[in-house]
Amino acid sequence: MSEHILEFKPAEGFRARSKAVVDNPFLRQSFRGAMDFLMSKRAAQFPDAEELESLRTLGESIRQYNLAKLPTLLEQLEANLTRNGIKVHWAETPDEANAIILGICHERRAKLMVKGKSMVSEEIELNHAAEAAGIGALESDMGEYIVQLANEKPSHIIMPAIHKTKEEIARLFADKVEGVDYTDNVDALIQIGRNVLRQKFLEADIGLSGVNFAVAETGTLCLVENEGNGRMCTTAPPVHIAITGIEKIVEKLEHVPPLLSLLTRSATGQNISTYFNMISSPRKPGEKDGPSEVHLVLLDNGRSQAYADEQLRKTLQCIRCGACMNHCPVYTRIGGHAYGTTYPGPIGKIISPHMLGLDATSTMATASSLCGACGEVCPVKIPIPELLMRLREEAFSAPHANPAMRGQGAGYSSLISAVWRGWAAVYRSPALYGVATWLGSRFAWLMPSKQGAWTSVRVPLKPAPKRLRDLLKERG
Amino acid sequence: MSARDRILGKLKASMPATAPALPAVTSWFATHRVVESAADKASRFKTCIELAHAEVHAVTPANWLTTLREVLRSKALERILVSEETTHGCAVLEEFPLHGIDCQTYDMPIEAWKTEMFRQTPASLTAARAAIAETGTLILWPDDAEPRLMSLVPPVHIVLLDTTKIYNTFFEAMTAEGWKDGLPTNSLLISGPSKTADIQQTLAYGAHGPKELVVLMLAKDEQ
Repeated sequence: MSEHILEFKPAEGFRARSKAVVDNPFLRQSFRGAMDFLMSKRAAQFPDAEELESLRTLGESIRQYNLAKLPTLLEQLEANLTRNGIKVHWAETPDEANAIILGICHERRAKLMVKGKSMVSEEIELNHAAEAAGIGALESDMGEYIVQLANEKPSHIIMPAIHKTKEEIARLFADKVEGVDYTDNVDALIQIGRNVLRQKFLEADIGLSGVNFAVAETGTLCLVENEGNGRMCTTAPPVHIAITGIEKIVEKLEHVPPLLSLLTRSATGQNISTYFNMISSPRKPGEKDGPSEVHLVLLDNGRSQAYADEQLRKTLQCIRCGACMNHCPVYTRIGGHAYGTTYPGPIGKIISPHMLGLDATSTMATASSLCGACGEVCPVKIPIPELLMRLREEAFSAPHANPAMRGQGAGYSSLISAVWRGWAAVYRSPALYGVATWLGSRFAWLMPSKQGAWTSVRVPLKPAPKRLRDLLKERG
Repeated sequence: MSARDRILGKLKASMPATAPALPAVTSWFATHRVVESAADKASRFKTCIELAHAEVHAVTPANWLTTLREVLRSKALERILVSEETTHGCAVLEEFPLHGIDCQTYDMPIEAWKTEMFRQTPASLTAARAAIAETGTLILWPDDAEPRLMSLVPPVHIVLLDTTKIYNTFFEAMTAEGWKDGLPTNSLLISGPSKTADIQQTLAYGAHGPKELVVLMLAKDEQ
């Protein structure tokens, strides 16, 4: 299971990976069907446009209020969790986070960790770090379990195995799960997963989970899920480790209901998830179950960089519903793996550069038509298209001192920059513009018939023999 | 300097000078959610949780044990896990063995009987603390008497709900009960049996938690 089949180098290989998906009719059908399904489910949850708009405004104000007080709230959260008996750890990098988690595992001589769905654990590549340290890390969310069995990565943050058909999953189970015959009956497949994983919940030494909201005033970790594996991971093993990004914090408990409503309705079109699990302490004396130890790992990994800039800070409003990818025409066509990052789609394009640096992600923000669908559906009103423009600026402008982002100017080319400066000069001056278009119409025959990517699917561009101003002059 | 101090230092250095206004959560709920009568709340709760595939029965103090027995019989269940520290648990313990139904109790820490809990506990009965009409949601605060795994591991979970304790919204429930002043080890919202749509968006029940959720809505005997 440790085999690293997908190598992630976002800036490289994006074109090749996306072309491979676009050329595969089955994958395209999978994604198109899944996105249509999720979009219609979401739309059905928001029949009242005014309610949706006012709830989005409220969600935005809650996230912005809490981000504005972030360092104070983190301290308050830490104090209250500690008072409740939950141990708080801080990690600046993925390596630090892995070291903290594996340290706890070693202390307990743990052999098996069962994991609830956590994108932050994907972000730090915890499974590989655990494997290398001789600790089994088993995904228990059905989609994540499937993806892990296949040695792959999630292709969607909410529905990890969205790229797989039930026939593929049936073959996978028949090949990899002991004593299982081929069946493509979905209920039967889920029961196979249930039986395998129930045994693991019973045996596991450590349960790992993410966090959807951390409430500062009460010292509470909230988890949203449908399957019950999140509750299993946080209740059955003797130790629970939760990991989250530093931004997922709210000051007040009353901030949770609006965000929960926005999250489940935007993500999967449910008015609420099957389970909403609020954890405020380890097992207390007299209680008969639950972990005796609960830990929270707070991860920075580039988030403080986004925080430092007023515009980029809005990236951290995200509640990870995935609606932006469900509505993205690019994501729908190329799927989640093409991006080469843990977080795909529009949210991936705006958050990954902070985690990986712009040098590794300089072209990510250009994989967008700026159609604006992501910004329109975002439940907390992150202006994703504006942030994409900003990231293009950061990646392609000339390197300068005190940049807002690591890797600023990584995509800068003096030639391209000179061409654009020339273009700008021509379009600003009527006289220069006249000369340029006159030359264009006179020397149109010099235009090559092969014009790179343009002519790979289109007829060549050729300036018209007469300029617009000449045509108008002829008309009088 | 520790990672903690470095992270907090960076954040504090760029923290906005003035905090934005407090989010208007209370007024949003006041203007966007209706306050319903007890009967309407009960009926909205029932509709919503049934849509999420739960089985609902209306019961009274006089007949709920009979209904519970019928539910067990209809599912061919001969064992049920109950609490010996609650009134409803004791009522079951007193009556069900006489009808040939085996009653298990959660009378010791899970470490002493984890395998039995996972392998030989087909059903459980717990009470709900309250419910939420808007989303068809049960509120459970597991405690010493009815611990956390009791509503999670058994494939059939049966819940006794006092219909006078239904709130309009989650927001109303937490503010009316003053949750911010003290939450238990674990508080739960449950809105149906465990489910997943992770294989080709096909909905399947009984992913990891209970395959079936049965709600007994307890109302006073009719006059």
